[in-house]
Amino acid sequence: MATILAVDDSLSIRQMVTFVLKEAGYEVIDASDGVEALAIAEGRQVDLVLTDLNMPRMDGIELIKRLRRNAGYRYTPLLMLTTESSTEKKQQGREAGATGWIVKPFDPDQLTRMIGKILD
Amino acid sequence: MTIDMSQFHQVFFEESFENLALMEAGLLSLAEGAEDPEVINTIFRGAHSIKGGSSTFGFSEIADFTHVMESLLDEMRAGRRPVTPDAIELLLGSVDLLGRLLEASSKDQPTDSLNVNDQLKKLTALQAVQAVPDESVSSVAHEQPETIADSDNAIVTGWHIVFHPLVHMMRTGNDPLVLFKALQQLGQLSVDCDYTQLPKLSELTPDEMRLCWDLKLEGVSDRAELTEVFDWVEDDCNLVILPMFSDAFQHDTVSVLEPTQPNPSDTNSGGAVQADAPSVTPSVSRSDAGANSIRVETRKIDSLINMIGELVITQSMLETLGEHFTLDKLGKLQEGLEQLKRHASDLHEGLMRVRMLPISFAFNRFPRLVHDLSVKLGKQAVLEMSGADTEVDKTVIEKMTDPLVHLIRNSLDHGLESPEERRQAGKSETGCIKLNAYQKGGSVFIELQDNGRGLDKARIFEKAVSKGLVDEKQTLAEEQLFELIFHPGFSTTAEANDVSGRGVGMDVVRRNINELGGTIQITSEEGEGCLVSISLPLSLAIMEGQLVSVGNEVYIIPLLSIIESVQPLAHRITRLTGKGEVYKLRDEFLPVIRINELFGVPASSQQPDEGLFVIVEGDGRLCALHVDELLGQKQLVIKSLEDNYDRVEGISGATILGDGSVGLILDVPGIVGLAGQGRGLRMSA
Repeated sequence: MATILAVDDSLSIRQMVTFVLKEAGYEVIDASDGVEALAIAEGRQVDLVLTDLNMPRMDGIELIKRLRRNAGYRYTPLLMLTTESSTEKKQQGREAGATGWIVKPFDPDQLTRMIGKILD
Repeated sequence: MTIDMSQFHQVFFEESFENLALMEAGLLSLAEGAEDPEVINTIFRGAHSIKGGSSTFGFSEIADFTHVMESLLDEMRAGRRPVTPDAIELLLGSVDLLGRLLEASSKDQPTDSLNVNDQLKKLTALQAVQAVPDESVSSVAHEQPETIADSDNAIVTGWHIVFHPLVHMMRTGNDPLVLFKALQQLGQLSVDCDYTQLPKLSELTPDEMRLCWDLKLEGVSDRAELTEVFDWVEDDCNLVILPMFSDAFQHDTVSVLEPTQPNPSDTNSGGAVQADAPSVTPSVSRSDAGANSIRVETRKIDSLINMIGELVITQSMLETLGEHFTLDKLGKLQEGLEQLKRHASDLHEGLMRVRMLPISFAFNRFPRLVHDLSVKLGKQAVLEMSGADTEVDKTVIEKMTDPLVHLIRNSLDHGLESPEERRQAGKSETGCIKLNAYQKGGSVFIELQDNGRGLDKARIFEKAVSKGLVDEKQTLAEEQLFELIFHPGFSTTAEANDVSGRGVGMDVVRRNINELGGTIQITSEEGEGCLVSISLPLSLAIMEGQLVSVGNEVYIIPLLSIIESVQPLAHRITRLTGKGEVYKLRDEFLPVIRINELFGVPASSQQPDEGLFVIVEGDGRLCALHVDELLGQKQLVIKSLEDNYDRVEGISGATILGDGSVGLILDVPGIVGLAGQGRGLRMSA
C-alpha cells in the first residue's frame, strides 16, 4: 500500500484530503507545515508528497526543495496542492523540483484520479 | 466515490474564524504603523486559507469575496500597493463582513441582508484606482497562449505530440510511462520511441532521460484534457502538440510550448542547506471561535491521566486490603484512604485546570475595540496589554468580556481627553490604556488603567444628589464617592450615547463581577487618570461558604458577601407598615429577611430578637439575613441546581456537606433584590 504525505496548514483541507485518500486505499500521514512534513519524510520513506504552498514556518516550495536534496526523494512524486494558479508559482515549484500540481479547489474524485495515475 | 463534504464544514468554519482573528490582529498592528512584511503575509495567508477552504467546500460567495480581498493583500505584500489607513479600514470592514458571511453560512442562513455586493464594490473600486503596475509580474501571466481556437475543436480528431523530455525530467519524479498511461485513457494512443540519442551502455546514466517520443492520440478533441496531462512536465520537456484534422480540413496552426529555461538547479548537489527559509510566523493565540468547545493542552490531559493512574493503584491496594481485612491492618486502611483523598483533590484541581483558558481569549478583541472607538471619537489611544496568558476559568472569560468592554468604552469615552485637550494639559496627544492581568494567591486580578482626566468628583457628587442618592449636605470620603458610580440608580441614561451608553451602567458591571464572586474598585487622581481593579477567584466551582442553620435546615452563605454578623437587639427592630421589618444597625436601617419565612421552613428561634442577623451585601446594597445559628466555614464545591431542577429564587446552587446531606447556597444578590422590590426600602438613613 502506497503511503502519501499530505501537507496543509488548513485543518479542514488536511482532514478532507486524508479522508479521501484513505478511502481510495492509501496510507496517509498528514503534516501542518513544511517543518513538520520534512521531519516525517526524513523519518520514513513515503511514496508521494502532496503539499500546500502557502504555509507558516516553511512553505511548500521550500519543502519540495529540501526533499529533492534528500537521496530518498530524488524521484518521488512531489505534488503541489494549491490555489495558486499563476505560472509564477508553478515555475517556482518546478524549479524547486515539484513533479506537478493540483489546483484547488478540486473534487475528491479528481484528486484520487490524479494520484492514481502517478502511483499506479 | 461520493464523499459527504459536510463533515469537514465545522472544522472549516472554526479555522476560518481563527484566520479572521489573525487577520484582524494583523490589520490592527498595520494601523498602528507596523512595517513588518510578515504581518501583511500573515493577513494574506488568512485570506488565502479561507478562500481555499471555501472554494473547496463549495461556499462560493465566501470564496469570491475573499478572492478580492486576497488580491488586494497580494498586491500589498508584493509592495505594489500602498498600505493606506483607508485601505486598512476597508479591509477591517471586510473582515467583519466575512465573519458575518461565515456565521450565516455555518447556520445555513441567507446572506442577502449582508450587503456583500456593496463591500465588494468598495473593494474593487480600491483595486481599480490605486494599482501600481509592476513590470516584473504580469497579472495575466497564467493565461497561456491558445493557438487553437475553440471553434476549431469540432474538427480536430486527435493530436500529434512530439515529446522530447529534457535530460533532467526523471529527477523531478516524472515518469514518461505515467504520462502515456494517462494519455491512453483519453483516447487511442500510438507511441513511437526514438532512442537514437541513447549513449553507449558504459556511458549511460540511469536517471538521465535520453529518449524522446512521437505520440499520436486519436479520438480527443479537447486540448485542455491533453495539456492537463502535460501540465506537470511542461517545463521539463520540449513539447509540440499538433492538431490532427479530419481529412476534409488541413490546418497548419501549431502550438509550440518551449521550456523557458532548462532547469539549471543541480539536484545532485546535496550542498549546504539554504539559509533563506521563510521567517517564522509569530505564534498568535487562537481566537475564541467555539464557545462550547474547549481546547485543552495535551500537557494538562497527560497530567490527568497520570493522576488516574495513581488513583487506580490506590484502588487496587484498597481492594487487596479489603479481601482479607483484619483489624491490625487498620493503619494501612487509613493510609490508603488518606491517599484516596489526596488523589481526589488532585484530580479535582486538575480538572478545574482543564477549564482554565488564557485570558487573551477575552483580551484579543480589545485592540479592535480601542481602534474603532478612537477613530469614532476622534481620539488617539494606544492599548497596552500584559499578562494575557494568565489563566482563568472559562466562565470568567465568558462573563468578564462584556464588563471589560464597558470599562474600556468608559475609559475611551469619558476618561481620555481629545488630543487638543491633552496637548493643553501638557500630556502626550495619544492617550494610553493599560490592561493587565495577573494571578496572586487564589485570585486573578485584572487592572484597567488610563492616563485620562480622571473621575470628576464634583460632578459625581452633583449627579448623586440630583438622583437623590445622597444628601447635599453630606460629606463623603473619596472611596464612598467612587462607590456611588456603582449604585444602580446612578447610571446616566440621559448621557448615554452609542459609545458608552448602551443602557448598561457600572452597576451591571459590578453585578457581573459579583456573580463570579469577585470585587471591583475604582481609584482615580484628577487629571492623572483612573484605575479600575477587579479581583476574581481563581476557581469558580469552589467557594468559601458560611454554614448557617435555620430550624433543621442548613444553608450556605457565600463568605464573600458577608459583612458581619450581629446579635439582634429587640429595640432596634422596627416593623414599618407596608414595608416589612427593618433593623437599625448603627445609623443605617437595613431590610430584614427571615430565611425561614422566605423558604417556608420552621425556625427554632421564636422571638424576633432570638437568633442572629448576618449582614450581607448584594449589588452594593446591605441586608440583614436572619438565621438561627452560625455553624462553620467550609470550602465547597458548587453544584448547579438547574442541571437537575428548575431555578429556585433565592438559591444559587447546592453542595454536598460532609455528612452527605445537601446544603443549599443562598443567592445573596437575588435575596437582597427581593427585599428591595418587595418593600421599596431605601437603605440610606
